[in-house]
Amino acid sequence: MSNPISDATGMIPLPSDGQSKLSKVMETLVRTILPVVLALLTSVVVLIVIGKDPWFFYSEVFRYGVMGNGWQQTIRLMAPLLLYSAGLIVVFRGKLWNLGYDAQYLLGSVVVAGFSPMLIEVMPLWAAFTVSLIMGTAAGAAWTLLPAALKARYGTNEIITTLMMSFIGIGISNMLVRGPFQNPDIHVPQTRVLPVADMFPQIPGTRIHIGIIISVVVVLIIHLLLTRTSFGLRLDVFGSSPKTALHVGINSPQMILILFILSGALIGLAASVDMLGYQGNLRANINPGYGAAVLPFVFLGRLNILTTIPFVAFYCILDTGGRLASLDSGLDTHFLMIVIALILVFMSVIEYFGVKKDLGQSYLPPGLRRAVTGLFDRGARA
Amino acid sequence: MIDILTTTFIATFIAGVIASAIPLVLGSLGETLGEQSGVLNLGIEGMMLFGAYFGFVTTLETNSYFLGLLAGIAAGFVMSILMVMLNIWLGLNQIVIGLALTMIGGGITSVLYFSTYGQTTPRLGQPDVFPIPVLSDLPVVGSSIFQQPLAFWIALVLAFVVSVVLRNTNFGLRVRAAGQNPNSLDAAGGNVVRTRTYVALLGGAFAGFGGAYLALMSAGTFTPFMTSGIGYIAIVVTMLSRGRILWVIASSFVYGISVSVGTVLQLTSFDLPTDVIKMLPFVAVMITLIVFARSSYVPPALGVPYTRGAR
Repeated sequence: MSNPISDATGMIPLPSDGQSKLSKVMETLVRTILPVVLALLTSVVVLIVIGKDPWFFYSEVFRYGVMGNGWQQTIRLMAPLLLYSAGLIVVFRGKLWNLGYDAQYLLGSVVVAGFSPMLIEVMPLWAAFTVSLIMGTAAGAAWTLLPAALKARYGTNEIITTLMMSFIGIGISNMLVRGPFQNPDIHVPQTRVLPVADMFPQIPGTRIHIGIIISVVVVLIIHLLLTRTSFGLRLDVFGSSPKTALHVGINSPQMILILFILSGALIGLAASVDMLGYQGNLRANINPGYGAAVLPFVFLGRLNILTTIPFVAFYCILDTGGRLASLDSGLDTHFLMIVIALILVFMSVIEYFGVKKDLGQSYLPPGLRRAVTGLFDRGARA
Repeated sequence: MIDILTTTFIATFIAGVIASAIPLVLGSLGETLGEQSGVLNLGIEGMMLFGAYFGFVTTLETNSYFLGLLAGIAAGFVMSILMVMLNIWLGLNQIVIGLALTMIGGGITSVLYFSTYGQTTPRLGQPDVFPIPVLSDLPVVGSSIFQQPLAFWIALVLAFVVSVVLRNTNFGLRVRAAGQNPNSLDAAGGNVVRTRTYVALLGGAFAGFGGAYLALMSAGTFTPFMTSGIGYIAIVVTMLSRGRILWVIASSFVYGISVSVGTVLQLTSFDLPTDVIKMLPFVAVMITLIVFARSSYVPPALGVPYTRGAR
């Protein structure tokens, strides 16, 4: 396929000349926050249409996500999701699509959930943590190898291969939960529960485990890698123009492999951190679906890890609060999926208008423009 | 252990292959039309779910399979209007919008299903069959192939029509030109945006039909996320078939066989876990992709929005 993302949603530079700094900041804010606001407003309409009370729903989201101990849950959820978004940003910057995130996350989870109870019995706690984290990370990375190799060697469309690998990986993780990692003491298909004493210690005075510290440190290192090193520069050149990359001597197949492995590793690490810090065990047929959830936010953060952090925080509030609020309102938890999808749509539309404005063009595409002007111009044929 | 070679067993097996293949045939037909014109419809999963849900609800309320299928087609069509506006008219990123449409389709149908039928989980009865005279009296194939609902025959006729239209009509030529080289279509006086619009709307209708077929004819009920990746497999089938409808049908039936073989293996003494059976089609697809890695071909303009005069 020729480059399918010539209009990569997140990579369009904002205008730099002829504008005051303030209006630039305003425009950036509008372009990043308006999609979220519009999506929330539309979701209110959706709630009214299906006969639910939107005010009740969103006040419950706020109550569970921020008030009381909610903020601690929110920060707890940020630990895996920051790593997750870093994993997506790395490949998206190279204009590669890793859509196999669900399997990479679940395989990381299942490996940690399966092996860490055994590891804890044979080695000191810190060593067990280290080995578990490495295993989970490796599991996530390993699941990207085949799509990456096919893309690097034959240029096979990675969207398709990662999606197919995703379904296979989800199946394998379910098999592992039901098979070798099944908790022998119970009949429900789930792995052995890690005792709380053998999980990540919590930050004193809170219920937030130290996974958030690991996550922030790793994410900052990745940010420095992407923005302050020659690797980051080569990655950006590769992402913005494969032809230029060829001319300046960047090894594209190697770059594709590195990016996919890094992405899978970060997603696997995210899963391991959440498993060791919070979940403690894995049940069959559970798919948290975090990948699709953080997807719009890495674009809104313009594929920059630092600017993505506030969006991830926002999503974590929505997620922690939304799951409980859905229960209270008698809604399916997949309601959040609609909100996420709406953010994606509005983001793309607003980005389109922004680019048109920068280029000094009409906001309307030619076809639509004819249709609209045709209404007022009866003589002319649309 | 069941005896595999009884005639009833073979007949059930063939019927199972057809039941899982036809939704994929329909989805792949729609996807083929779109991809030939340069539109990558990654939201086909969402469109199929839309078609499945609204088809199911309509049949449940009216007891009419015909109206159910129509409602499914309409639901897919309505969703493709959104795709046409965003992807073709505005030229937004087709992958991002495709993912969004998949989430919208899955989210809305499961929220609606949860709030209306979540407690009762109703099922539909058997659809009326449309027996072909004489042939339906044959042993084995008679009860499996020639006693299918009318929708089965409609699907096959549609496949034939799409094949003829793509190959032998001016419209088909315009569609393929829009995917191969939109600039030359424009230069020759064709309208790229209009061509892609028609084709994408048709594709949505096909996806909706496929979803409705899955819910009404194959499964007899709706469950949230029941398509479980068929839409994505349709994209693979399309990429491997390169616009040749016979290949679309053949590879869809290979998929159907891999689904049915899983069920058979489970019924016989092999006792495979359900997880393996669910994975089987995806493993088959992955192996196909590895073997034919070099020959999966897509039109050069696929996924690239058309801007007149842009280089």
